[in-house]
Amino acid sequence: MFTNSDVLETIRMVEKEHLDIRTITMGLSLLTCIRDSAEETARKVYDLVCSKAENIVKTAESLSGEYGIPIVNKRVSVTPVSLITAAFPEKAPLVAKALDDAAETLGIDFLGGYSALVHKATAGYEKTFIETIPEVLASTKRLCASVNVGSSKTGINMEAVRLLGEIFKRAAYLTKDADGIGAAKLVAFCNAVEDNPFMAGAFHGVGEADVVVNVGVSGPGVVKKALEKIPDADLTEAAEMIKRTAFKITRAGQLVAREAAKRLNAQFGIVDLSLAPTPAVGDSVAQILEELGVGRVGGHGTTAALAMLNDAVKKGGVMASSRVGGLSGAFIPVSEDIGMIEAAQKGEITLDKLEAMTCVCSVGLDMIAIPGDTPATTIAAMIADEAAIGMINNKTTAVRIIPAPNKTVGDEVNFGGLLGRAPILPVHGADCSRLIGRGGNIPAPIHSFKN
Amino acid sequence: MKAVVTVTGKDRQGIIAKVSSFLWERGANIEDISQTVLGEYFAMIMIANVSQIKMELAALAKECAELGKQIGMSIYLQHEDIFNAMHNI
Repeated sequence: MFTNSDVLETIRMVEKEHLDIRTITMGLSLLTCIRDSAEETARKVYDLVCSKAENIVKTAESLSGEYGIPIVNKRVSVTPVSLITAAFPEKAPLVAKALDDAAETLGIDFLGGYSALVHKATAGYEKTFIETIPEVLASTKRLCASVNVGSSKTGINMEAVRLLGEIFKRAAYLTKDADGIGAAKLVAFCNAVEDNPFMAGAFHGVGEADVVVNVGVSGPGVVKKALEKIPDADLTEAAEMIKRTAFKITRAGQLVAREAAKRLNAQFGIVDLSLAPTPAVGDSVAQILEELGVGRVGGHGTTAALAMLNDAVKKGGVMASSRVGGLSGAFIPVSEDIGMIEAAQKGEITLDKLEAMTCVCSVGLDMIAIPGDTPATTIAAMIADEAAIGMINNKTTAVRIIPAPNKTVGDEVNFGGLLGRAPILPVHGADCSRLIGRGGNIPAPIHSFKN
Repeated sequence: MKAVVTVTGKDRQGIIAKVSSFLWERGANIEDISQTVLGEYFAMIMIANVSQIKMELAALAKECAELGKQIGMSIYLQHEDIFNAMHNI
């Protein structure tokens, strides 16, 4: 049984510390929608998404009302679209439009899965599909795209990495009137996971059930407040406090995930333990690190503090949920975290430090704006660096970087809402086109041979 | 099915009567009441049986929040499972 102070603690977490369920994401298999033509496939896709996810918004709102915890986003992820359009990849944009229309009909904010998995090699239909991504992201509102370019088991597909450098540039260019927001809806992954509920990188893996509910919890504000109560604690104690707090947050997520799956006639998939910040004051991962004693996020000690935070969140969360998955760690998106935005404005966080931070947390270089004239090969090299970190360390890494058209260091991009705003960060000027131009694969590391 | 009703605010006069009759009219029966004082604020926590309510739980929660606004208090009604989940192993 719970006590009065437990009740008041939960209410305080919601009222003052931004405790929320960040997303209920319904994963849907589209494999049964494949037909002879793109037109017919697109129709089937629209119908399936609209019927299976019909009640997602209503159910989320009921659950939110009953438990008194906000459920911020309602989303859908689908089978990588490149698979269901393999016979007519040049017409994949028809399916994209059907998905975007379905998302609008359902009233959800994002739908993920305009994706391709090319971690070993790029099949002909995959290449054609990937080339449609920039136009699709410019002509749709709610659709998100992702490409898996490497894995610990297969190495890194450097042809795909080179292509992605160009795709990011073009996605930003085609949405130049909106600060290049097209690129903010695109993720390049290494070791992509098949049950991630968070956008922009969510897709529904082929190994999943046909209808699944995955839930992403949040709560950086709650963790920060808990740490504020023990300002002089040593780091062992601080880690314990983070664990205990993550446990409570995750239990709320687990309850909502189970109940949502039941009501939506779906399988309960996973709870993703990620600490996901928003641009709101008091909902920042960066500020947790600063509370731990890092003077300013990006300074020395940041990587160590983040490693501890990430690990403690996982330990608390794993205990709290029967099924954990997705990305599960702390997110460090620059434009979506007020502490990160401030550090970037003061020049105290750099791309190099962010890259180091991605070695110890999920997920990668996330929501970082860079000068619009950054060469595609430089962006490709950033993707290669991140993919290498993921490949060698057996973790998921990602790049969601925005080469902001006609903007440079000193300027800022502003996407509004959850995507936030970000000052343009400088990139290294050295020409890496020879490396990227070589193509081929970076072979899988020796420790991938485990059989 | 049980729900936890939490009322917080400064003025406690007549609040129990108001909230309990409000809930009673909607089919919810209060089974337990306790109070906690936090400085000049007080928090009243009620356990209500909501098996017989005449509307969806989320709708009742919304009405409670609105009642709170009318009488200058903060009122939450939440399914007890959220507290069981978060505070019990």
